[in-house]
Amino acid sequence: MSGLREVTGMTGDEAVAYAAKLVNPDVVAAYPITPQTIIVERYSDFVNNGEVDTSFIPVESEHSAMSACVGASLTGARVFTATASAGLALMYEILYVASGMRCPIVLAVANRAFSAPINIHGECTDQMVCRDASWVSLFGESAQEAYDETIMSFKIAEHPDVMLPTMFGIEGFIVTHALERVETLSKKQVEDFLPEVRSTKYRFNPDEIATFGSLVLQDYYMEIKRQQEVAMQNAYKVAKDVMAEFTEMSGRTMELVEEYKLEDAEYAFVSYGATAGNAKAVVDRLRNKGEKAGALKIRLHRPFPTLEIHEALSGIKAVSILDRSATFGSPGTILQTDLASSLYGKEDVPTLHGYINGLGGRVLTLPEIEEIYEKTKDYHDVGMTSTTDWVGYRSD
Amino acid sequence: MSLELPKVSVKDLQEWSKLGEVLTSGHRLCAGCGAGIMARQVTLAAKALGDPYMIVNATGCLEVATTIYPYTAWNAPWLHNAFENASATASGAIEAMNAMQRKGLMREKHVNMIVFGGDGGTYDIGLQSLSGAIERGHDFLYVAYNNGAYMNTGIQRSGGTPQGAATTTSPAGSVIPGKIKWQKPLAEIIAGHDIPTFTASPAYPRDLMAKVQAGLKHDGPAFMLVDSSCNLGQRYPPDQAIEVSKLAVKTCFFPLYYTYKDEWILTGISARIAKNPEKKLPVEDYLKPQGRFRHLFKPEWKRKMMDIQDEIDEKWNRLVRKASLH
Repeated sequence: MSGLREVTGMTGDEAVAYAAKLVNPDVVAAYPITPQTIIVERYSDFVNNGEVDTSFIPVESEHSAMSACVGASLTGARVFTATASAGLALMYEILYVASGMRCPIVLAVANRAFSAPINIHGECTDQMVCRDASWVSLFGESAQEAYDETIMSFKIAEHPDVMLPTMFGIEGFIVTHALERVETLSKKQVEDFLPEVRSTKYRFNPDEIATFGSLVLQDYYMEIKRQQEVAMQNAYKVAKDVMAEFTEMSGRTMELVEEYKLEDAEYAFVSYGATAGNAKAVVDRLRNKGEKAGALKIRLHRPFPTLEIHEALSGIKAVSILDRSATFGSPGTILQTDLASSLYGKEDVPTLHGYINGLGGRVLTLPEIEEIYEKTKDYHDVGMTSTTDWVGYRSD
Repeated sequence: MSLELPKVSVKDLQEWSKLGEVLTSGHRLCAGCGAGIMARQVTLAAKALGDPYMIVNATGCLEVATTIYPYTAWNAPWLHNAFENASATASGAIEAMNAMQRKGLMREKHVNMIVFGGDGGTYDIGLQSLSGAIERGHDFLYVAYNNGAYMNTGIQRSGGTPQGAATTTSPAGSVIPGKIKWQKPLAEIIAGHDIPTFTASPAYPRDLMAKVQAGLKHDGPAFMLVDSSCNLGQRYPPDQAIEVSKLAVKTCFFPLYYTYKDEWILTGISARIAKNPEKKLPVEDYLKPQGRFRHLFKPEWKRKMMDIQDEIDEKWNRLVRKASLH
């Protein structure tokens, strides 16, 4: 950790933009969508005021944004973009091209609910439905984490053992537009952390005869997909190392998962993104009442940190999974099914109680989280090992 | 501002043919495919300019038949992303090179960027991406090869399918005789972006290659619409590709011209027909050899045939008027 910490006030979106400015990517191709707009607006200021030497491509859609990112990345450039909700859905086809062609693109997601009904507020379904697209996926709780994850994402994505695109999400308005205290880094710190060398071994360039994006049929397709899975497994270790290095550099602890008062806990919350802050606040309230409560925040969602989660939750009786993503007709919430697969058949694992909440920006209050805690205890007491509920909605 | 076409002589063609093929033999395009002929002419014209060139290709026949892994027929830097996004992909590659050259991460050099897309990938699904990239002003030549349908997926109608043509999704039925509407006026739509816009046919290689070179030399986006025949989808014998393409021009079904801002200039046979209207062949001559129009020759569709001729005459007269204004 170096010298004095610079502290400033920024919204989550601004934090992403200012962190990206320090990275100074070669290409930013982006299309505006609420609540991501501040990121591209600030970045456009940096470009037009000569504060970065990025080529900014103000594309005509998110589909073209991701397409231009793929073209730029394959040409060897360091590439960044940002989107939300419908924009991420429009990119979806090309998300698979980006990972399949091993483009280390970094994408900031201002997590927002999907239409219909149209809604502009916070919800993480948009990012969650990309979980099988072979992108490294992180969530951030605050403007600070938005800032830090912007920088770390490039290092994870571009690692030679990974070479996969990386997305990180911050919830619409709750994080993107809330003014928070952010400790910043210097240009020098970021340059030392992220070397200028572009890591692409093979690139689309005028000096080499090479074919990118071939038709690959039954005889080779599966081997190429398997390489993506190996890269994803590598990303688990790389993300861990990058976070350790970032912690050393910034003085801010950064881990795949964040444990809060779990050591002696009997019941715990598991969440991601902004909800984790509320979960920790409720843990404090419950602790004051004598409850043995704790919380676990998932920062890295893909690759899923199964080992850390098993270790963190071993010995806990029951967990309340606060999931701000919608899924329909599923055996559990999205995070719950991940947890169930991670913990099934292992020793000392908790019962799993999923709660779909906060859709379309609906606020999940601290008293409601306390109610969830009691409900989970009741489920556990009557011997239910897995339950799923929707909470915080009017039922009639 | 006017645009000059370079003169391409037969001697030039002889010299260029020694430069070596960019789209090499061994690709799996059908025998007699117009796309292969078109792509060889375009890339050879680019190679003859001397500057390095790169190719972005939309999904389609030209892409799938030339790059079946682990083989490739492309003796050039070549990139395919998806169907509807070739222009956006090219804009990313171009701006990546600009930025990396600015930062000293790449050697400074001018690169001629060629983008290939078929009619499906250009008239229909890729039009937005193309229009956006043109509006932003990236320096590339987009070559749309229109073979009149989604030939790669099995002859489904596209926005580039001509009126009356039978395809698998606009069949020659007993009530509806093939495609109902005329093609989208793609060249005019793109010309409306105020960029150099060319039409060309592989049946007239010197005209096509001169236009490729003019488009690549232009600083900024340029567009070329190529009438590319497909014997399988248009239904005629494989050795007739060039003959059918010639008839498209001689009947004024597909006139050769270029336009930039308010200038419209007819070239080759089309310029000659404008001067000598009696040289214009009836559209039946173009339709007759092609199985996709066979039904139009039945007595019950005589009216339809007349409509097609009327439409071609009307469009041709309009073009001649625009071309004679200066």
